[in-house]
Amino acid sequence: MAYKEIDSVLSPGNYYFSGNTAAAEGAIAAGCRYYAGYPITPSSEIMERISIRFPEVNGAFIQMEDEIASICSVIGASWAGAKAMTATSGPGFSLMQEAIGYAALTETPMVIMDVQRAGPGTGQATRVGSGDLMQAKWGSHGDYQPIALSPWSVQEMYDLSIEAFNLAEQYRTPVFLMADEAIGHLMERMDVKPGLRIYGRFKQADLPPFGMDQDDGVPPMPAFGEVQRLLVTGSTHNEWGIRKTDDGSIHAKLVERINNKVFNNREKIILTEELYLDDAEVVVVAYGFTARSAVFAIDQIREEGCRAGLLRLKTIWPFADHYIEKIGRSARCIFVPEMNRGQIKGEVMKYAGCEVASYNQTDGEIIHPETIIQELRRLF
Amino acid sequence: MARDLEQYLRPEVKSTPFCPGCGHGILMNLLLRAVDDLKIDMKNTVFVSGIGCAAWIPSPNFNADTLHTLHGRALAFATGVKVFNPKLNVMVVSGDGDLTSIGGNHLIHAARRNLDITVICANNMIYGMTGGQAASTSPLGALTATTARGNIYRPFDLCELVKGAGAAYVARYSVTQPVALMEALKEAFSIEAFSFVEVLSPCPTQFGRRNSYDSAVDMIKMLQGNCISREEAALLSGEELKDKIITGVFWNEKG
Repeated sequence: MAYKEIDSVLSPGNYYFSGNTAAAEGAIAAGCRYYAGYPITPSSEIMERISIRFPEVNGAFIQMEDEIASICSVIGASWAGAKAMTATSGPGFSLMQEAIGYAALTETPMVIMDVQRAGPGTGQATRVGSGDLMQAKWGSHGDYQPIALSPWSVQEMYDLSIEAFNLAEQYRTPVFLMADEAIGHLMERMDVKPGLRIYGRFKQADLPPFGMDQDDGVPPMPAFGEVQRLLVTGSTHNEWGIRKTDDGSIHAKLVERINNKVFNNREKIILTEELYLDDAEVVVVAYGFTARSAVFAIDQIREEGCRAGLLRLKTIWPFADHYIEKIGRSARCIFVPEMNRGQIKGEVMKYAGCEVASYNQTDGEIIHPETIIQELRRLF
Repeated sequence: MARDLEQYLRPEVKSTPFCPGCGHGILMNLLLRAVDDLKIDMKNTVFVSGIGCAAWIPSPNFNADTLHTLHGRALAFATGVKVFNPKLNVMVVSGDGDLTSIGGNHLIHAARRNLDITVICANNMIYGMTGGQAASTSPLGALTATTARGNIYRPFDLCELVKGAGAAYVARYSVTQPVALMEALKEAFSIEAFSFVEVLSPCPTQFGRRNSYDSAVDMIKMLQGNCISREEAALLSGEELKDKIITGVFWNEKG
């Protein structure tokens, strides 16, 4: 039930990869050995890479009949003992939502990579967007706390893929890698270091697999075939998995625990990066590809004497509420550029306590640095 | 004999959840007898089910690993279990609505892949748990909560469907044919490929009371009268076959 150091699967060194290839390699490095998926642009290269690489690492790959089958078989494989994943884009992510709630309630570790495209609907399949973030938060019915990460480079497609598997195992919950088309198809250099830290699955047969005795609220998870009589159900259940659908107190306790085990540990989960926050009058809060443009823009505008800074969200959910509160106390204004109609701006407004400005672009193009520079000039 | 089967039931489960007259208890009994006869290792067996009355046959009753899943998706979950750990025996027990309507796509694709999974489909010809709505298996003319003037759409022939999709073994029996049904279950468990057994199971609570089978006995008598063997069916005309349910082994790859 702890981290251990292992050797990287790829030889240490530099690689010239696309983001999607890097994400697949990150999964393999993290110990993922089950993949089920269905083709969808712009995520398919992840599945294609896995299909080629899994035979070399003794992994089980299967192309399923649809995205619903993909995620359900991933949950089955996870209970059979696998670190398991699927990858998709918006329409497939929509189809997966019911099973995501099932995974949350049954506390099934798994990773879902969503290489976002311009929606809604079929939208623009080959173009970029980041409109699935609220879906990642609220997509399935009922209350649960998802973990969602946002990579901004090919390096992070690799690093945060590993982090996603570690978080999934540590908190026994589905974890989303919310990439976007621009990062998925971007090719750039990335480094593979010799060692990495991997979280192994916590197994202990005599403790209830849906219990609540652990300090962090995360019970152990044995696999099928290891101990007799594992009972897994998506209905309300007691600590041993027995269905208790007419006991309100058991339901309340279960829902509270699966929420709190993530929410109460959010300070440990949340990853951010900061730039010039010490003196920043206007702080850009950005994530994913847009944060690349933001860094360029901030450097530029600081040369003009405007004190701008950056908070980059590597973790989207749970939301970095305390970071925003802190910035709101020192900055005059927070600026949120997004490739959606303001999904994260709304969250920032909840906690900022200062003026919040935004720029929203949903034309299937990345937000260029010049656009952010123009918007920032308006704020100074 | 019956008490010998208690070892296959979870000690903490004291009663079955089924309505009086439901056929699922008979199926549960025959299924465990087949397990007992074949000395199947329950410690190495995973029972996967979907949502509905039949999904409660294994979960939580069977003293084995049980995976009670989403409506329609039992075979998708089972595929993940089997593909990642082929050493596990994987059996799917669920209902007709679950496996063949909402789960129909997964059923044909699982049959096509021909993984070593045994599927037992309890067919009560109606949605029982949700209150007796029409199913993709309801007979023409059947009265249900959503077909007050009679069902106007033809039911699936599940055995032909699954056979066409590529299963290795396909059989249909009624719980009123317990000896033949148990033999079919044993054959299905033994075959190391995709095997499918459709089991007609009476639902007096939802199907019977709407369709003039006023008691559990009347429903059982209807199945006894209508279920005929393939050999008997071969001697009947199209008109004579109208209300009949043909039972038997429809495909066995082993010959």
